[in-house]
Amino acid sequence: MFDVIVIGSGIIGSYISRELSRYDLDVLVLEKENDVANGTSKANTALVHAGYDAKPNTNMAKFNVLGNSMFDKVCDELYVPFKRPGSLVLGFNDSDKNTIHDLYEKGIKNGVPGLSILDRKQLLELEPNIGDDVIIALHAATGGIVGPWELAIALMENAMDNGVSLNLNTEVIDIIKQESSFLVKTNQGEFESKILINAAGLFADTINNMVSNEKITINPVAGEYFLLDKTAQNLVSRVVFQCPSETSKGVVVTPTVHGNIVVGPDSIEILEKEDKATHKDRLDFIKNKALKSIKNIPFNENITNFTGLRASSTTGDFIIGEAKDVKGFINVAGIKSPGLSSAPAIGLYVSNLAVNILGDVKENSSFNPRRKKPLVFNDLTDDEKTEIIKKDKKYGNIICRCETVSEGEIVDCIKRNAGATTVDGVKKRVRPGMGRCQGGFCMPRVVEILSRELNIPMEEVMKNSKSSYILTGRTK
Amino acid sequence: MKNYDLVVVGGGPAGLGAAIKARENGIENILVLERDHELGGILNQCIHNGFGLHVFNEELTGPEYAEIFVEKLRESKIEYRTNTFVLNISNNKVLDIINDETGFEKIEAKAVILAMGCRERSRGALKIPGTRPSGVLTAGTAQRLVNINGYNVGKEIVILGSGDIGLIMARRLTLEGAKVKLVLEIMDKPSGLERNINQCLNDFDIPLRLSHTISDIKGNDRVESVVVAQVDENLNPIKSTEEEIKCDTLILSVGLIPENELSKSAGVLIDSKSNGPIVDENLETNVRGIFACGNVLHVHGLVDNVTKESYIAGEKAADYIKALA
Ligand SMILES: Cc1cc2nc3c(=O)[nH]c(=O)nc-3n(C[C@H](O)[C@H](O)[C@H](O)COP(=O)(O)OP(=O)(O)OC[C@H]3O[C@@H](n4cnc5c(N)ncnc54)[C@H](O)[C@@H]3O)c2cc1C
Ligand SMILES: Cc1cc2nc3c(=O)[nH]c(=O)nc-3n(C[C@H](O)[C@H](O)[C@H](O)COP(=O)(O)OP(=O)(O)OC[C@H]3O[C@@H](n4cnc5c(N)ncnc54)[C@H](O)[C@@H]3O)c2cc1C
Repeated sequence: MFDVIVIGSGIIGSYISRELSRYDLDVLVLEKENDVANGTSKANTALVHAGYDAKPNTNMAKFNVLGNSMFDKVCDELYVPFKRPGSLVLGFNDSDKNTIHDLYEKGIKNGVPGLSILDRKQLLELEPNIGDDVIIALHAATGGIVGPWELAIALMENAMDNGVSLNLNTEVIDIIKQESSFLVKTNQGEFESKILINAAGLFADTINNMVSNEKITINPVAGEYFLLDKTAQNLVSRVVFQCPSETSKGVVVTPTVHGNIVVGPDSIEILEKEDKATHKDRLDFIKNKALKSIKNIPFNENITNFTGLRASSTTGDFIIGEAKDVKGFINVAGIKSPGLSSAPAIGLYVSNLAVNILGDVKENSSFNPRRKKPLVFNDLTDDEKTEIIKKDKKYGNIICRCETVSEGEIVDCIKRNAGATTVDGVKKRVRPGMGRCQGGFCMPRVVEILSRELNIPMEEVMKNSKSSYILTGRTK
Repeated sequence: MKNYDLVVVGGGPAGLGAAIKARENGIENILVLERDHELGGILNQCIHNGFGLHVFNEELTGPEYAEIFVEKLRESKIEYRTNTFVLNISNNKVLDIINDETGFEKIEAKAVILAMGCRERSRGALKIPGTRPSGVLTAGTAQRLVNINGYNVGKEIVILGSGDIGLIMARRLTLEGAKVKLVLEIMDKPSGLERNINQCLNDFDIPLRLSHTISDIKGNDRVESVVVAQVDENLNPIKSTEEEIKCDTLILSVGLIPENELSKSAGVLIDSKSNGPIVDENLETNVRGIFACGNVLHVHGLVDNVTKESYIAGEKAADYIKALA
């Protein structure tokens, strides 16, 4: 019997698990995919919103503003890339001017620090590539950018270092509420726990509706993106939003923590929760919108396009808390944007809630908030490079030429807790294949390393999901 | 810091030819650097015939062609290091290199020849919409997996682009038992050599559709199908001509781009058309004493032309070094 089972290992499930690992509890995480953060937490804008956007007194407002303030500490503890370049909301006309002032007021109500309103001249000093029609902007000093899947992976690794168990490839298919526990049925057998936490992202409705009579519905809302090469990195140095209008939310142009530029997303309600296709017409729409914010975006430096799916609940707000009709069953559902920004605050809140329901829980006396520092070869000094290659010659073998990733880093990311098992898993952790050649050079080499380290045949190495095989057998 | 008269970056045909020519022109102190575990460059994975018709008057395979130069390099006792990756070149010709045995090192050169070859354009560069399953790969990557690693990459294949590498792979994969259903070319004429169209497609009854492209990729895990469409005069897909073709693999043979990172790190200016360094008639870049040849300079269809170009770079670099003394 586990004390707590968490369903889902996106940013939300991972954060909750890590907070729970501060206590002397038996915690199990069930994840249907073959890696942590393979759902929405993998494909989003990666922004840590300041918090002026959400309606005051909603869960979104509360968790976002608090969550934002918690990023510095957790990213420092877990060595996750995070920056606060600040953000701008651009206004193009008089009606936008009003919206900007409204956002400013809302921000003050939500308790957002560091807000100011800038005119065009002030703006040009900050962002010289701003579009010709921009007249005003809201500046938020606390706006940040983070590596979203890096954070989820680091949290889960740290949770496991501190005693949490993770079962990948394990899909919850039914839940039986028993006297004072839950029987969780999966494709890999049954598990029992006192508390059950639903952090299943887009599928949180399915999970909730297995046990609760208070049914919920989650709809997928798609957003598509361009990811531009690092050669475009001088385009903008802050997160650049557009004023939301009645007809459109506007698209974002932002640097990533690794120095690329992301442009997107749009917002289209779709039918299929697995449909992550991109479309030419939607991408063209995004392109034209973005060019209003920032001039001369080099779309010819595109390295990939992708789609993220927001888990939008019909209530419009995050659904967080114990289900009214099922004691011990905690929903963390409808976590659309700003879910990433809110994750630290949600993680803390939900873990406290579980601990309170369980009662009489001791702290984990050996809890260590830090994970082992990952070595980034590219960031080392010349002397450090010499030193590490002497210790382990795998660091002297460069596997990815675009991002300069060594074999040593790849092996390390496979061997850690919550380690990589797929080509994209390696890519998410240490970046080979993220660069402009998109794995053309390194993919065969990464497949070889995975096969060797996991002791599986080359044909069994997957790109991403369980059936995404790469090779179809030996040649004649 | 170790000093060399000439450091050649890249041990493909361009680098080898340039080093050999510089030695013939009296330069003693030469070093060739190659990141792979053997010399020869991309030729090592080109196990088909068709190399050397112009330089040697005979048809060689890629590895055979490379071997001639590797032999010469050894005979001339030119120093070379494999498994050695050049991380950076400064504009005063100091190179940061790493090797898994000797670690990190800085070396200084009087002259540098850039011969890093090229890379393939990827799906992202074309912005092909659709899902992102496994089974979409570039022709050179497929070639490496098949010819070097000894693994097949799929059973039912569509190839986008009629460049020579794609054509060669159409034949190679067919011989390995795969069904190559179709080759698509967005332009109204093929981009590969006529010889390859005949020997790699026609001889195997593989259809080539000109003025066609891919407008969508389907499949969540592995490629399940692609949508093929004719293009209009602006090269945009025409909706009414769309046809879905079942396949498990899409191979891209849609062009090569010079490998520019190191050139840029040295302050070498890049030509926006060729995408390679801007050079004068001596193949010298804007940075005095840095030369470039082979696919890093502009993409060559025939290795014979790479060799000819590499001789010029080697000779001119030798002249430059001798003039310093
Ligand atoms: C286009 C877009 C842009 C966004 N931009 C931002 C932004 O800039 N800033 C921000 O703060 N937020 C942003 N968000 C929101 C943010 O990405 C999400 O709120 C967050 O990633 C949600 O995390 P999660 O853990 O709830 O969901 P997920 O990451 O989807 O994780 C849920 C997990 O549950 C697993 N699961 C599902 N069903 C089962 C089952 N039956 N059994 C076992 N496991 C199961 C899934 O496989 C998945 O791994 C954006 C979202 C989108 C789509
Ligand atoms: C897949 C393919 C098939 C071809 N088929 C034919 C054919 O049938 N007939 C024909 O005549 N021609 C063919 N060609 C063309 C011909 O082979 C090439 O033009 C020629 O090999 C280019 O030579 P190169 O030395 O410039 O580049 P490459 O052969 O690519 O050599 C460049 C070398 O530089 C090394 N390098 C790069 N960066 C670094 C670094 N940072 N540090 C250290 N080393 C580095 C690389 O590892 C590589 O070995 C083909 C080309 C390709 C790509």
